Amino acid sequence: MARVEERIDAGFVASTAPDEAGPRPRGDLARLPWISFVIIAVMVFVAVLAPLIAPHSPTEQSLPDKLRPPAWQEGGSGKHLLGTDVLGRDLLSRLIYGARVSLIVAAVALLAGGGIGLIVGIVSGYLGGRVDSFLMRVVDATLTFPTILIALLLAVSLGQGLQTIAIAITVLIWARFARVVRGEVLAVKARDFVALARVHGCSHLRIMAVHIVPNVLNTFMVLLTLHIGFVIIVEASLSFLGAGIPPPTPSWGQMVADGRSHIASAWWLSVVPGAAIMLVVLAFNLFGDWLRDWLDPRLRQV
Amino acid sequence: MDAGAPVVLEVRGLRAYLHTRWGVVRAVDGVSFSLRAGETLGLVGESGCGKTMTGLSLVRLLPEPAGRIVEGQVLLDGEDLVTKSESEMRRVRGRRVSMILQDPQTSLNPVFTIGDQILEALRLHRTDGGGSLTSRAEEALRRVKVAAPEQRMRAYPHQMSGGMKQRVVGAIAVAGEPSVLIADEPTTALDVTIQLQYLALLKEIQARTGLAMLFITHDFGIVARMCDRVAVMYAGRIVEMGPTRALFRAPRHPYTEALMASVPRMEGTVARLPSIEGQPPPLHNLPTGCRFADRCAYVDDRCRREYPPTMPVGPAHEAACWRIEPSPPSR
Amino acid sequence: MLEDRAIPAEPLIRAEGLTKHFPVTRGLLAGRTTGQVKAVDGISFTIGHQETLGLVGESGCGKTTTSRLLLRLEQPTAGRVLLDGRDVHALRGGDLSRYHTRVQAVFQDPWSSLNPRLRVRETIAEALVVNRRVTRRGKLERVEEVLHQVGLPLSAAARYPHEFSGGQRQRIALASALAASPELIVLDEPVSALDVSIRAQIMNLLKDLQARQQLSFLLVAHNLATVRYIAHRTAVMYLGRIVEHADTESLYRNPLHPYTKALFSAALPADPDAPRDDMILSGEVPSPIDPPSGCHFHPRCPFAMEQCSRVEPELKAMTAGHAVACHLY
Repeated sequence: MARVEERIDAGFVASTAPDEAGPRPRGDLARLPWISFVIIAVMVFVAVLAPLIAPHSPTEQSLPDKLRPPAWQEGGSGKHLLGTDVLGRDLLSRLIYGARVSLIVAAVALLAGGGIGLIVGIVSGYLGGRVDSFLMRVVDATLTFPTILIALLLAVSLGQGLQTIAIAITVLIWARFARVVRGEVLAVKARDFVALARVHGCSHLRIMAVHIVPNVLNTFMVLLTLHIGFVIIVEASLSFLGAGIPPPTPSWGQMVADGRSHIASAWWLSVVPGAAIMLVVLAFNLFGDWLRDWLDPRLRQV
Repeated sequence: MDAGAPVVLEVRGLRAYLHTRWGVVRAVDGVSFSLRAGETLGLVGESGCGKTMTGLSLVRLLPEPAGRIVEGQVLLDGEDLVTKSESEMRRVRGRRVSMILQDPQTSLNPVFTIGDQILEALRLHRTDGGGSLTSRAEEALRRVKVAAPEQRMRAYPHQMSGGMKQRVVGAIAVAGEPSVLIADEPTTALDVTIQLQYLALLKEIQARTGLAMLFITHDFGIVARMCDRVAVMYAGRIVEMGPTRALFRAPRHPYTEALMASVPRMEGTVARLPSIEGQPPPLHNLPTGCRFADRCAYVDDRCRREYPPTMPVGPAHEAACWRIEPSPPSR
Repeated sequence: MLEDRAIPAEPLIRAEGLTKHFPVTRGLLAGRTTGQVKAVDGISFTIGHQETLGLVGESGCGKTTTSRLLLRLEQPTAGRVLLDGRDVHALRGGDLSRYHTRVQAVFQDPWSSLNPRLRVRETIAEALVVNRRVTRRGKLERVEEVLHQVGLPLSAAARYPHEFSGGQRQRIALASALAASPELIVLDEPVSALDVSIRAQIMNLLKDLQARQQLSFLLVAHNLATVRYIAHRTAVMYLGRIVEHADTESLYRNPLHPYTKALFSAALPADPDAPRDDMILSGEVPSPIDPPSGCHFHPRCPFAMEQCSRVEPELKAMTAGHAVACHLY
């Protein structure tokens, strides 16, 4: 076990200590972000089991029941716990199915965008030179695109739908990942074990796979979690603007948009999905912060 | 160094602990020494022995919130620094006690010119005294042998070599005219020929200003050159302390002896370097009894049971070891 | 004990006119070249079988670049390195794989030399796995063998680097260099990042390994006492050139070049009563981008003569095995 004193010493001179998985002491359990865990778990659970949990079909209209307020308000009923919208559709069920949409879009976009960004970042950082310069200029260009505008353009040209949104978001986020991953790759590349791998006779491919990628994964995972919130909001914004998931499939952003004209009278139409967005994004951000602190030994208290 | 010079710094029973996730690390565990004006005391030891923490404790710069002085006194001209408030300590640091650290790269702020940084030190500590601040800053640079100080004032740290940066660090440290300078491995990051220049410079500054120096290092060659007295630290405590010559000629603590024997010499070769097996004990899990027991060639039962008291072994020379028969203080 | 192989007369490594210049570039896409860092400027040396060549000098002298050239981490701008008479930078395919099993390295920083994500046995076996066909069992056996050679317990194989101290990590790094049974190990400051008492352990280990495994070492170091303890021959570098080289004993007893003398005088002896015949050099170490003309050392040399600034001195053999590049001789 590397001596505690050596770690303390290393902390005072500019630290080059690699990411180390140190011993985890007992007191840590209290510092876990329980609330975030719970919210995320609930969302995933709900999204996955939507058909079993939702009290009604999200698309079933019932005009006589339209614009009912939530159950705890006057005029509300237990039949529609969170009220109904302008077409009499149950808000709770729409919320539950909307969770599915958000989660699927987020997962696809993050995996695709994150995956592309990871590969570009690694290749660019490791190979350096002209390849690096070129790829980073492409990244710079991509980062200057106004997010929503590009997404709208894509939606208009490719037509609305889950696919379009996924593509739009992928195009938007890969560059962020590429940039950060490249930075990490440069730092890892400078460490002696990479030079030693070359001395051992490793091919570039082996070095990237065995030495670079595993040491960049921590940062990558944190980046992923921190982007979930962003992606959910982009999807919601696009749907809000009408360029996202087409109705009748419920999407939280679309629900917020639909409720706009009734804000004064039927506030729950916008507020409920809006609150859901806020809670989930907050939960993912807190989780991402915690994950980053947990994985980064330098931020840990001595 | 004048044996009758006044004692400017006296450390009594200093204990500084770090409260970490692995337990309480007893980094400094009962350290006592005194420093006279014009004198250089070397604090020698390996990594983790507590020498850097001792230096930081003296100016109350332990890493917070984990680090705390739990016991002891640090008397600067009779005043106890341990009990002072943070704002009082701010008036002490730089002005009465100053510190030079190991890495010249990180000791200077890269976004300010070195002129700005020296001026800042002067403004904080010595606005009295003749001459404009700028001319005094140039004079400070001249004193540390930086050529063309007027131009150098406008230079940024990255435009200077390591040796020159360290000299600027030295100039800033003595700008406040402190009575005590703590130098923590100031030449470890420098080339040896530059190191020689720098040590000569420190000696010169000391001769001119009469300041007392605590020189923290692991290099016995530097100790032999720079220090009047030496204290050897192991696992948070001083195991031997005495005049440099006496300690080098006849080290009395087994650790001092073994450590000195394990250092290769420029003069003459040995067929095999004796090395010390094992490692120091973890500071958060210290044994009762002598901390060097597991690695000592002369260990016996008593060593493991009880920590040896510090015993005199010669004039102003003491060591903490059971093997020592206390000798009469004068010869 | 292995039977000593008869040591061949031809040296294992021969460097001829080795040169490495790094271009200093500016511009948007790193286009324009505005100067050259003359890191290594035409050096020649040999390393024999079962011999240690020490390479000493201060920062900027080019010793680390030299070691990287030997390891094929850099391509020379001019000159060549020969292993058994063949240019190492021209090797390809199977010859290259063989080269990697014959020449290995240990670097200075034990905290940076091991991949924290790999178990110790994977790091140790890498050179073997990449260059030769080994069975899983063969690999594990070899890992155990070298762990034993470097004095680490077999249980170390399945653990991760963070569980070990600095000295132990250097032993792991050494084991990883030994796994493919090399003939030459390049040691770049192998002990300077370690505690004083651990250094002795590692130095003794290196000496033992050299005798038992019949290894050659290129020892790059700035600590002269360390070099004296291990190296058979030593070369002193300054700003990309070798200014003096000799059998270690000959060099240390009788340094000829003024820079060598200054270097030795700066190596403070652990003896308060040692005579203080300091040779304090003036000025800073000049930059390798714009080295002084003629003899690179002349601006700081207390014995500089008129021709020193014009003419570069040649390496001249003074006695058998002791050569110096200085106009004084």
